[in-house]
Amino acid sequence: MNAGSNTLLTLAGYFALLSLFAIGGGNSAVPEMHRFAVDVEHWLSDRQFADSFALAQLTPGPNIIIVTLIGYHVAGVLGALVTTLAMCGPAGLFAFFVGGASERFKGAVWHGVLNRALVPVTIGLTAASAIVVATTAGYNWLAAAITLGTALTAYFLPVHPLWAFAAAALLGLSGWM
Amino acid sequence: MSSSPPIPSHEEPPAASSQPIPAAAPQQPRPSLAELFVAFATISLSGFGGVLAWSRRMMVEERRWLTPEQFNETYALCAILPGGNILNFSVILGSRFHGALGAIAAVAGLMGPPLLLVLGIGAIYAHYGELPALRHMLTGVASAAAGLMLATVAKMARPLFRSGAITPPLIAVATFAAIGVLQWPLPLVLAVIVPASVAAAWLRL
Repeated sequence: MNAGSNTLLTLAGYFALLSLFAIGGGNSAVPEMHRFAVDVEHWLSDRQFADSFALAQLTPGPNIIIVTLIGYHVAGVLGALVTTLAMCGPAGLFAFFVGGASERFKGAVWHGVLNRALVPVTIGLTAASAIVVATTAGYNWLAAAITLGTALTAYFLPVHPLWAFAAAALLGLSGWM
Repeated sequence: MSSSPPIPSHEEPPAASSQPIPAAAPQQPRPSLAELFVAFATISLSGFGGVLAWSRRMMVEERRWLTPEQFNETYALCAILPGGNILNFSVILGSRFHGALGAIAAVAGLMGPPLLLVLGIGAIYAHYGELPALRHMLTGVASAAAGLMLATVAKMARPLFRSGAITPPLIAVATFAAIGVLQWPLPLVLAVIVPASVAAAWLRL
């Protein structure tokens, strides 16, 4: 956790950029965070990344809170604050100015076009996140069974995420014991 | 928190008679900065299983800061802006009531409490993260979260594949392959995919 100002600058610059590319919410940027934090910078291991993702899921609040955990892991409390601000700042500024201007474009054609255009991209990104998280979390049969079982259950039944997480945590524990 | 990005709505633009958002109808209360902070902190902390559902209940049904039409319209806009949908929602709503200060109050409410919580969690993880029992439980949770995302994908993709159009499913599959399988950098992939998808949506391919 010894981070120089270089590490903080890298964190700030990278997550500020990423915030503008997170289409459809924080979870769609997970594969990109994994690529950069694990494969490029070696800030975390696969295991630690999957753990951070799981902990972020267990924390109430927006999904993008995973970046706070990554920042904390890399550079302590300061890293967590820098990363969180970077992830909220540019996208927030963008929303501030576009939101203010949007009154003038109400019902404009581009609105519907962009909406239709981004849905398939969001679907592809979310599917990619699911695969990256599943393969990062573990290659064993139990992890795969939990992923498939949760997917099927949640597709056909209204499942509260907390129940799914509780059941999966117990299954994971029992598989180890 | 929820693994499901809210599906951008395809609702028709509201009727011309609906109130423009800044000039809210007289019966609509105008929240103070503190009320904005508290509202978004509450949404954030109760945000398991869908921040969208919680924010709608609070903003439209309980506090009546927005009409249902205003809510849908604002959320549709947030879905096409970059960044987390609920973050954009807090910025836009805060700024509509109190400008930049309102946006800051709303974002502080949204991010502050989970930030403190997650710092505590991170500190605990730094000490006990290597305990085998904890690691196995977290593996289970991450696997389940991946499963929830897959279910969301399936639900979102169903109407896409049924619509008969060829390009949207192709865009979804290409995005998945580039990011999930080939693990190419996100900005590069989006720089190609988004313009292609916008062109296809424009021409209704």
